Amino acid sequence: MNSFTDAALPATDSTATTKEAPDLDAQLAKFTGTVGNVRVDNAKMSMTGVDVHYGDAQAIHNVDLDLGKNEVMAMIGPSGCGKSTFLRCLNRMNDTIESCKVAGSLTLDGEDIYERNQDVVLLRARVGIVFQKPNPFPKSIYDNVAYGPRIHGLAASKSELDDIVEQSLKRASLWSEVADRLDNPGTGLSGGQQQRLCIARTIAVSPEVILMDEPCSALDPIATAKIEELIDELGKNYTIAIVTHSMQQAARVSDRTAYFHLGRLVEVGVTNDIFTNPTHQLTENYITGRFG
Amino acid sequence: MDNLNLPQHTSHRYNEELEDVRNRVLQMGGLVEQQVTNGLKALLEFDSELGEQVLNADHQINAMEVEIDELCTQVLARRQPAASDLRLVVMVIKTITDLERIGDEAEKLGRVSVSLSSQSRRPAYYAELRHLGEHVKAVLRDTLDAFARMDVDAALRTAKQDGDIDREYDSLSRLLISHMMEDPREVRNILEVSWCARALERIGDHANNICEYVVYLVHGKDIRHTQSRSE
Repeated sequence: MNSFTDAALPATDSTATTKEAPDLDAQLAKFTGTVGNVRVDNAKMSMTGVDVHYGDAQAIHNVDLDLGKNEVMAMIGPSGCGKSTFLRCLNRMNDTIESCKVAGSLTLDGEDIYERNQDVVLLRARVGIVFQKPNPFPKSIYDNVAYGPRIHGLAASKSELDDIVEQSLKRASLWSEVADRLDNPGTGLSGGQQQRLCIARTIAVSPEVILMDEPCSALDPIATAKIEELIDELGKNYTIAIVTHSMQQAARVSDRTAYFHLGRLVEVGVTNDIFTNPTHQLTENYITGRFG
Repeated sequence: MDNLNLPQHTSHRYNEELEDVRNRVLQMGGLVEQQVTNGLKALLEFDSELGEQVLNADHQINAMEVEIDELCTQVLARRQPAASDLRLVVMVIKTITDLERIGDEAEKLGRVSVSLSSQSRRPAYYAELRHLGEHVKAVLRDTLDAFARMDVDAALRTAKQDGDIDREYDSLSRLLISHMMEDPREVRNILEVSWCARALERIGDHANNICEYVVYLVHGKDIRHTQSRSE
C-alpha cells in the first residue's frame, strides 16, 4: 500500500525544490506557443505579435490577445512575467519610459493605437487606468473626479459637471460615503475609499476600457471586496483588464484569465476552466503553487 | 495534462498536508477492502466469530471518514487549492463517502453471517454467491489500485466491469427466487442471502463511482452519467 504515495507523487529530486532559482531554460522549453483561444468574436481591443523591449532586454515576446467587449480579463503570472508591461501597452503608458519599445499591432475598435497621429491624451481617456497604490490628486474629492471631464471639455455647465461627479462617485460606490464632504481633500480618505475615488476619476471621462494594475494590493479585505463588487458592476458596461497577484481575486472577478510567464502568454481560457482544469503545465504549476 | 506528474509545491507544508490526505484515503481503502474480504469469508464459511469482528470494526471506517473529511475542509479553508489540487480534494471528499458506504455493505455481510451461522449444510447457490463476491473483491482491489496510481486506463477498465457484476447479481437473484419457490421453508434464509448479494452489487457500484472520480482527478473530466444504458 505504500506504493500509493510513490505512485501519486512522482519521485522528485529533493534538491530541486530547494533550488534558489527555477531553471528558466527548462521552463522555456515547455513553452511552445499560447494555449487556448486568444481571439473573441466581439473584440474591443485586439493585440497581435506584441513585442516589448526595455533597451536590449525583451520583456514581452510575440503576444496575441483580444479583450472582448464588456469582458473582465484577468492577467496573472509570477513577478517579472510581463503582465503589467503588457497592460501598460494598452493605453501607451509605456511611452513615458524612454528605453521602452513596443512593436506589433494593438488596436482599439480596429484602430491602431500606436499610429503616429494618435492623440495619446484622448486614448487614455478612452482606455483609463487604475494603479496599485491609490493616487488621488492633492485636491478636493469633487475636483479629483471633475478634473478629467474639465480638461476634456465633457461638461457644458457647472450643473452638468456636478451631475458627472455624482454619477461617477455613485458608480464607484463611494457617493454615500462622501456626498456630504465633497470639498474635503481626496487624500484624507481611507485607502479603500481613495482607490474607489481613483476609479470614479477614471470612469468620469466615460472610458471604454478600464485597465487595473493590482488595484487591491494595498487594500484590506473589506475594501478589496468593495472594489471587486465594483468590477462586477462595471464589467457590464466596460471592458476591463486587471493584473493581479491574487489568484483568488482573478478567479472571483474575471470572465477569462490569461497566464503570463517569462514574457510569454502561456495560456488563455475561460476562468472556470483555468482554475479547475488548466491545459498547460506551467499554468497548473503556478496556480497550484508549484515551481519546478 | 495526461497524468499528474507535477513538481512539489513551493510550500512544503502544503505538500505534506495533501500527501497526508492521500495516505489516509489509502489506509481507509485498505481497511474497507479487509472488511469486505472478512465479511464475505464469514458469510461463505459460516464463521460467526469473523462476522462479529467485521461488525466491531466498522466504526474505524466511520471514524476515518470523519477525520479525512475534516482534513479536506482544513485544506480548503487554509490553502484554497486550485486545478489538480482542488480536484484531488473534491474527489477525496466523494471517495471517502463511497468507501464508508462500502464499509456499511461489508457490515451487512458480517451481520447476515452471524444470523446464518447455525446452518450446517452449504446451500447449492453458494457457489454463485462466492463467484459474485470474488468478482466484486477483485473490482474493489483494482479500483483502489487505480486510485493509488491515479491510473485512468485502469480506472476505465475497472469501471466497465460494473455491468458484468450487475448481470451476475441478476442471475443470482433469479436463482435465489427459484430456490425460494422450491423450498418455502428456506425463504427466510434465502432472503438474507439475497440481501448479501444486493450488498455485493452495491459495493460494485461504489467502486465504479471511485473509478469515475479518478478520471475526473486526472483529466478534469466528469464522466458520470455519460454512459448509455446498453453499456
